[in-house]
Amino acid sequence: MAISRTHHISQQFDKELEDIRSRVLAMGGLVEEHLAQVLEAMTRPNLELAEYVAASDFKVNNMEVEIDAECTAILLRRQPAASDLRLVLAISKVITDLERVGDETKKVARVVMNMVSTGSPRSYYTGVLSMGHHVRRMLRAALDAFARMDSRAALAVAHEDQEVDKEMEAVMRQLITYMMEDPRSIRGVLDAVLAVRAFERIGDHADNICENAIFMVEGKDVRHVALEEIEQELNRSRE
Amino acid sequence: MLPSSRSEILHEPVAADVAPAEPGAMHDTRPARLADEPKALRECLKVDHLSLFYGEKQALFNVNMSIPEKRVTAFIGPSGCGKSTLLRCCNRLNELIDGVRIEGAIELQGQNIYAPGTDITNLRRRVGMVFQKPNPFPKSIYENVAYGLRLQGISNRRVLDRAVEQALRAAALWDEVRDRVHESALGLSGGQQQRLVIARAIAIEPEVLLLDEPASALDPISTLKIEELIYELKANYTIVIVTHNMQQAARVSDYTAFMYLGNLVEFGETKTLFTTPRQKQTEDYITGRYG
Repeated sequence: MAISRTHHISQQFDKELEDIRSRVLAMGGLVEEHLAQVLEAMTRPNLELAEYVAASDFKVNNMEVEIDAECTAILLRRQPAASDLRLVLAISKVITDLERVGDETKKVARVVMNMVSTGSPRSYYTGVLSMGHHVRRMLRAALDAFARMDSRAALAVAHEDQEVDKEMEAVMRQLITYMMEDPRSIRGVLDAVLAVRAFERIGDHADNICENAIFMVEGKDVRHVALEEIEQELNRSRE
Repeated sequence: MLPSSRSEILHEPVAADVAPAEPGAMHDTRPARLADEPKALRECLKVDHLSLFYGEKQALFNVNMSIPEKRVTAFIGPSGCGKSTLLRCCNRLNELIDGVRIEGAIELQGQNIYAPGTDITNLRRRVGMVFQKPNPFPKSIYENVAYGLRLQGISNRRVLDRAVEQALRAAALWDEVRDRVHESALGLSGGQQQRLVIARAIAIEPEVLLLDEPASALDPISTLKIEELIYELKANYTIVIVTHNMQQAARVSDYTAFMYLGNLVEFGETKTLFTTPRQKQTEDYITGRYG
């Protein structure tokens, strides 16, 4: 049974659910904006912008706490069932992932700050940037799928995570080559490795968001399930 | 989770082969799964193509379901959906109402209780019933519980004493009344009276307990005691409960049947039905939406 769009008898309950839903999307928007800014700071490079992003993470943290409190209140007041319950549970998990994405973004911001202050060559960051843009697109697609309650789109994003993992391997090989060629590069390249790790984690969190979108819409827990199996299952439930 | 490869269990509760009585009334034909049940469940009651008419008016439409033994099965649905009617069919209480006509069958351990020649007294001994309002007899606590046993011709004091204590213990009432079992049952609180009525029902060792909104007239603490009792009683009895309180159904039952306008709309494991119902009507009802 997919998400029901009809209204509750209690209109107040409708408002409460709509409210947490839109707040999650706002939080996702903010997290995505920070990620975009950090990528921009890495490209130019721009110390101030990186510092701004690192200093703004608290806003994301605050949003997580507020939305979580609202979820608790809804569970207490409404004892939601079925799709309502799944929505609240999914939101409560998605905000945790978004908060972590915020933390990873902050790590990247610190890397950029280091990169500017030590004057690392920008060439180290070519592959890293491309990977960062990739996970940013992935995060946006995951949030879109969540917002539109589109399990198909969510599954497509989950496929994308495998591409990101492959890309990470390639970037890491390239960075290792730099270090082997010139040991003096090690310090700067290690920073770039940190950024790669952070982007890879962001991809994983985007993947989690998609799993929660599928759980919310289809009522199926697809964590730790192979993509092919999820695909078959979604096809079956549409028959 | 995705369906496991665990083999499906025979006689699973399933609303199968039901001809929709009206357009749009979809019926679930897929068997429910038992993810955590190590042992196969035995069927206790089988409702087989059951229809019921109050005069001209049809109240139940071709209901099919299989109620498992030693589990709690809850019937939920809006007022007038037929859940109490269906419950009362399980010990033929509906026949006391004029103009009732029943088609189809209900099997108790494989025997059709509507077969000609069925001993109704014996049936009601095997299928006990507890109602919304506690209805103790205006007698002592002891005599209330001993009543059914005396009807069976048991008069040995020692046998009765033991049976009364056992039943009161099973109904979680013994500790509260052990010093005053010979006082009037009407002096007990509502919650205690309801547990006394349950003790009276189980004193004669039925196989099935039918509970018709057993806690809806009780305060929250008494309600919790009844729910706790239901949880303990299912080790020995098959329990069928009608409740208006969906949280209560979610708390106490293993299986839930959702009924609407005399149709069985969906029947399955409680945790599945309350998290991922298959039918939109079920979803709308349990989430409190306009249909």
